[in-house]
Amino acid sequence: MQKVYNKILSVTGNVITVKAEGIANEELAEISTSRGKSLAQVIKLDHDIVSLQVFAGSQGIATNDEIRFLGHPMRVTFSDDMLGRIFNGSGVPRDKGPALAENLIEIAGPSVNPAKRIIPRNMIRTNIPMIDLFNSLVVSQKLPIFSVSGEPYNELLARIALQAEVDMIVLGGIGLKYDQYMYFKNTIEEGGAMSRSIFFIHTASDPIVEGLMVPDLCLAVAEKFALNGKNVLVLLTDMTNFADALKEIAITMEQVPSNRGYPGDLYSQLASRYEKAVDFDDAGSVTVLAATTMPGDDVTHPVPDNTGYITEGQFYLRNGRIEPFGSLSRLKQQVNDKTRDDHRAIMDGLIQLYAQYNETEEKRAMGFRMSEWDKKLLKYGKLFEANMMDLSVNISLENALDKGWEILAECFTPEETRMKTDLITKFWPEEAK
Amino acid sequence: MNKTKGTISGINGNMISVEFDGNIIQNEVGYAITGDDRLKSEVVKIQGNVAYMQVFEITKGLRVGDAVEFSGEMLSVQLGPGILGMVYDGLQNPLNELAELHGFFLKRGVILDALDFKAEWEFTPVAKKSDSVHAASVLGHVPEGIFEHKIFVPFNLQGDFKVTSIVKKGQYKVSDTIATIENDKGDKHDLTMFFEWPVKIPIEFYRDKLVPKEPLMTQTRIIDTFFPVAKGGTYCIPGPFGAGKTVLQQVTSRFAEADIVIIAACGERAGEVVETLREFPEITDPRTGKSLMERTIIICNTSSMPVAAREASVYTAATLGEYYRQMGLNVLLLADSTSRWAQAMRELSGRLEEIPGEEAFPAYLESRIAQFYERAGLVEFEDGTFGSLTIGGTVSPAGGNFEEPVTQSTLKVVGAFHGLSRERSNARRYPAIDPLDSWSKYVSFIDNKPIQYAREILRKGNDVHQMMLVVGEEGTSIEDFTIYLKSEFLDNVYLQQNSFDSVDGATSPERQKYVFNFVYNVLTKQFNLKEKDEARNFFNKLRQLFIDWNYIDMKDGEFKKQEAKITQLIEENSDNAEGV
Ligand SMILES: Nc1ncnc2c1ncn2[C@@H]1O[C@H](COP(=O)(O)OP(=O)(O)OP(=O)(O)O)[C@@H](O)[C@H]1O
Ligand SMILES: [Mg+2]
Repeated sequence: MQKVYNKILSVTGNVITVKAEGIANEELAEISTSRGKSLAQVIKLDHDIVSLQVFAGSQGIATNDEIRFLGHPMRVTFSDDMLGRIFNGSGVPRDKGPALAENLIEIAGPSVNPAKRIIPRNMIRTNIPMIDLFNSLVVSQKLPIFSVSGEPYNELLARIALQAEVDMIVLGGIGLKYDQYMYFKNTIEEGGAMSRSIFFIHTASDPIVEGLMVPDLCLAVAEKFALNGKNVLVLLTDMTNFADALKEIAITMEQVPSNRGYPGDLYSQLASRYEKAVDFDDAGSVTVLAATTMPGDDVTHPVPDNTGYITEGQFYLRNGRIEPFGSLSRLKQQVNDKTRDDHRAIMDGLIQLYAQYNETEEKRAMGFRMSEWDKKLLKYGKLFEANMMDLSVNISLENALDKGWEILAECFTPEETRMKTDLITKFWPEEAK
Repeated sequence: MNKTKGTISGINGNMISVEFDGNIIQNEVGYAITGDDRLKSEVVKIQGNVAYMQVFEITKGLRVGDAVEFSGEMLSVQLGPGILGMVYDGLQNPLNELAELHGFFLKRGVILDALDFKAEWEFTPVAKKSDSVHAASVLGHVPEGIFEHKIFVPFNLQGDFKVTSIVKKGQYKVSDTIATIENDKGDKHDLTMFFEWPVKIPIEFYRDKLVPKEPLMTQTRIIDTFFPVAKGGTYCIPGPFGAGKTVLQQVTSRFAEADIVIIAACGERAGEVVETLREFPEITDPRTGKSLMERTIIICNTSSMPVAAREASVYTAATLGEYYRQMGLNVLLLADSTSRWAQAMRELSGRLEEIPGEEAFPAYLESRIAQFYERAGLVEFEDGTFGSLTIGGTVSPAGGNFEEPVTQSTLKVVGAFHGLSRERSNARRYPAIDPLDSWSKYVSFIDNKPIQYAREILRKGNDVHQMMLVVGEEGTSIEDFTIYLKSEFLDNVYLQQNSFDSVDGATSPERQKYVFNFVYNVLTKQFNLKEKDEARNFFNKLRQLFIDWNYIDMKDGEFKKQEAKITQLIEENSDNAEGV
């Protein structure tokens, strides 16, 4: 039973209202305008006044345009035929392939029962020392890359996606620049991974509201594949654009903003997406890597701030490098005790010394005399940056650990490193003893 | 009783407006009916014949015109034996049982009993026929875990009663009648081993509320020694994301010397609860020899679970805490994070179109926070026994800035403040409790004088450090430099603690006393260090030995050997090295 209405009461921002009865919360409708058809979703009901957000935006909507309620909420197709395909933010193909309409599943489904979750246990190796050694990535982790626009965060996402041993890649673009979209497409194709990838792409030139659905579409599909045993890596770029779309709708709906215009439920909105990351016992998993650009390089901006409170760590990308401070994988301790004895100690030890190097570097810049210790630190800092932080370094975790000991031995005596004595006995390079 | 009915007239997120006919109560539970689903909701505002209700489930698919059934009861929990070891959502739905019935996902509209109505308990009566009783009088007890779970006259019965019958010792189910009571008006009640209590009403059946004095040992050195928590007291842990709030609460839940620990995972990550959920059953509590899970209750309403249930979850946790306190136990409630609870109130307030306060939080934020922490306390019961409920809450301030409404309102009411700093967590100085900013109004189990001395060293050391950043090391005297090294030493070997190490992760009070005394001697000692590099080398060595010492079990023979090595190193470098 589809109901058709053609009297629009109001148009504000990208939200319209109509008078209609028997409509369900979050139901979809289709609007036919002179510009074509667009989907819209019910976001509020007040007696017989129905508010809808229009995916294609409200430009050109006429008060007598036809609105057809579809009787169901947003859905997406789910099948193996999706592999290698590219869809837009409404789930419609944007490649030249056929439309897929079978086996529709609801998006934004219920949460996983925490009692059914398991402790994450498998490391995802990336061969990037700043990740593998210092902040190991773990299957089912949710982790954003914090960076200012202009940093190569999409390049980093693509590289991790190709080097990680996962069964599938689901890419969600939200406000993605066209050249970045092409970059992903080409890189994944050249890497031979397109046949195990699905793209949902909303570009910067598409209507803003349409980007709102992208995370849910990606995660609903990823979740289904995971239940069927696949280990899925979901890339979402850029979640700041997603938050900005939420902000726009909230302001249109005259919600009281909590912080810099963002709605009070920003945390819950972001959390309900990120929490889809999961490792199903006896089935597959969903790992979520996102890009979160920080307006004004300000980590206290509401989007990175709320994100940091939700995700299991973050990678800071600054000056083309993953920053050792601030970057954090909160799941690393689940896996870094099963790699090599010295993993944790090297991880902590190198970072503490690098922190001291930074202080010394500041003192040096201010023209202070350098003590013997300062000189050691300066040498260490340079070696650390070149051998660990540089993103062009592409070595296994084990090689990175060995490298760590080499650097230490080149700069310090064993007790200056604060390492536990038994580790020093075992790992301190022979030549230096 | 004829229950009130209504129909939905508006839907805005998780808030519905309902036109009703009849009488309803503020905070009454109702059910919005959509298809086969009954969505639990709570009345939060009443205006004329319209009730505003927060729905504890996703409102997708709900329609204007759908029916609402009111229950006549306020939002309540079931109290009775069998709560220990359970994992509940914010409304006391048992999650393991839900998982068995419905698999991976939290199916909407499913409500299960919090207690196991099939299990039998060995009830031992205490009350006798014709005893005078009233609410919270003890009728008997059943064994639960390592405790005697007291069976009370339900808290919601008003006035005095006489016991007219009580069963003999034996096996009973929670819903079996175990006693009958009657008042002088002839009102009779059949009593079972369980009853319900509204979560937003504190349980206050005690003679006196006392000032908390006795320390509650957490086995985290910086807390117990410097910023202690007291049994029946309150404390908060504010800190920016990733500074270590959750890890600190996790180690506390493991090692704290409380009888019962209630973990309220309120609007945070599901994965964090899973660690506790999977690990606790495997860990033996050294003080009881039983699994840690047997003294633990988990209230788990994580961030993607419905927001309204998150708002309720901290009250559910507090109510369960008060219930077990009533049995004369020391209960510790750890809430992570109270900011998510405050945000749930903010979302609700926004949908009610209330006039917003700072950062859009409702004007009543401060009083709600105060009321929540007021539920903690050390209390004395009529029979002269004591019980305590201690509450520790994390706070997640926007932007990591403590000058925000939730942190500020919390600081006004709690007894201790463990402020985590971004600087310390970035430098991996865990636990990242800032030793200069934090405070506690409770008294440490270690003498005040040496503690004040140690804190003074930390302050001075920090001053010297700040100065060195300006004037450099060469502009600093060896005396000042030594103070700086001493403060770093104290920080490195005592304040910092490796939560993930089986020995260092928990330091018993006995060991804290012993080691602190040792550290104090180092802090007060005059060393014959003339050059800065010499001084630094000495303290590096000392720190190295000391950290190794921290990793050795006190009962291990190596403990004394390592201590001797440290003592020797100190002697060699002391001013009175030769002579005395
Ligand atoms: N005591 C500790 N020892 C070692 N590592 C720690 C310690 N505390 C925290 N960490 C590290 O910091 C990470 C973040 O800690 P935690 O999850 O407790 O932060 P949080 O303050 O609760 O953050 P959020 O507000 O985002 O929940 C941990 O995963 C761990 O890697
Ligand atoms: Mg936390």
